[in-house]
Amino acid sequence: MARIIVVTSGKGGVGKTTTSAAIAMGLAKRGHKTAVIDFDVGLRNLDLIMGCERRVVYDFVNVINGEANLNQALIRDKNCNQLYILPASQTRDKDALNLEGVGRVLEELSKDFKYIVCDSPAGIERGAYLAMYYADDAFVVTNPEVSSVRDSDRMLGILASKSRRAELNMEPIKEYLLLTRYDPNRVESGEMLSLGDVQEILSLHLLGVIPESKSVLNASNSGIPVILDEKSDAGQAYADVVARYLGEKRPLRFIDSKKGFLRKLFGGK
Amino acid sequence: MDQPSILDFRSGTSFAPVLVLHSNDLEKIEQQLVEKIASAPGFFENSPVLFDLSELNENGSKTDVGALVSLFRKLSLFPVGMRGGDTSQEKRALELFIPIDSGRSRNDALLPGIHKEDKASSLEIPTVIREAVRVPAMVITQPVRSGQRIYASGDLIIMTQVSAGAEIMAEGNIHVYNTMRGRALAGVQGDTATRFFCLDLQAELVSIAGIYKTSEDLKGTPRKKPVQVCLRDQALIVEELS
Repeated sequence: MARIIVVTSGKGGVGKTTTSAAIAMGLAKRGHKTAVIDFDVGLRNLDLIMGCERRVVYDFVNVINGEANLNQALIRDKNCNQLYILPASQTRDKDALNLEGVGRVLEELSKDFKYIVCDSPAGIERGAYLAMYYADDAFVVTNPEVSSVRDSDRMLGILASKSRRAELNMEPIKEYLLLTRYDPNRVESGEMLSLGDVQEILSLHLLGVIPESKSVLNASNSGIPVILDEKSDAGQAYADVVARYLGEKRPLRFIDSKKGFLRKLFGGK
Repeated sequence: MDQPSILDFRSGTSFAPVLVLHSNDLEKIEQQLVEKIASAPGFFENSPVLFDLSELNENGSKTDVGALVSLFRKLSLFPVGMRGGDTSQEKRALELFIPIDSGRSRNDALLPGIHKEDKASSLEIPTVIREAVRVPAMVITQPVRSGQRIYASGDLIIMTQVSAGAEIMAEGNIHVYNTMRGRALAGVQGDTATRFFCLDLQAELVSIAGIYKTSEDLKGTPRKKPVQVCLRDQALIVEELS
């Protein structure tokens, strides 16, 4: 059976799709057959980040409606043959998805794949609900600022009460915190919440901190998941996240300010 | 053709005490009635009364309805109905313009203070005692997240943090054994004796029986310390637990 991971946040623009692409690639690179599904019907982006937008023929909605079978719609990634992408439809909206259809697609994928990553749309409405409903694990992507933290908290409440696992009284969804766009310098100057502040509010198992990095934007623009940029700090941080998710112990990186380090080094102000 | 109606019949109920007689001895009846009336003159003066003869007729004691009605009127009671009489008593009652009540007898509840056993009875003002129904406390062990609402019909005990944007409500007391950041409403059915307890008060709103303070009003309260919130003289008091 596959493990179904939802990448969710509540708030938009915090890095869900970047994270989905990175961890799906990370899992696949480690030899686990992985599928990543774009649930953002009508605002499809995942194919761009994964660099496969030119190869989209059929999409998630076509599969749900029975207009195409899963193998026709799945796109094999050009960088890793263990990774497949199921794109969203750009011409439809979230009402084109239904719980039963999503369940059917996930069940069929489960036979073949080890991990299924569901890239949730922003919000707490239908799209986000369907993306998280069947999940086993949730990566809650949060930026170090109050509104993002509040929205993540709201999403955690929904995960705990509205998911399939909650409804069937099964073991609850495993929730992990992923703090993205973290800038230690701005934390130090008080412009951003610190890791400690966020942890105090959300009290979640921390899977990793992804630093604010130019490499993320470059990766998105070139359609290559940032995790493949092994020299970049964000790429390394995502690699750590995947390793920790798979049970390895890795120390936290990129959480101390460079200025602070220099300051300590030179003892000046 | 259509004349405006100057009257209409409506269904309604009115209150009249039912006087159940256990003896046909008019002297004794008068004596006891005088005592009762003296105990609560305001209640009995010009009061309608419905008298019940069923017990007497079952025992075969004949009662003179005319004399009984005269006695009531003498004591400024207004007989408005009779129940439990036999055919001749009913005929006599109708002659005196007393309607016959066919409603249930005997099962009428004894009025407070007019107990038949209670010889020296006085009309007490009935006090409503809240029924002591024990509602088990609701215990929550999962974090209460933003947007979640919890309602307990008794006490509410939360072992985890309550996030900003969450709402916890209880008819009884609320205990939060962690940080309280959301809204807490204790005694939502109006119980002013209820209290709210938490280990770190950062609440958006705290209310006891509808009297509330928002985080704006809670600025000066102790932080990162266990506190209780209760009502004193209609005012919400936050105090540190020592």
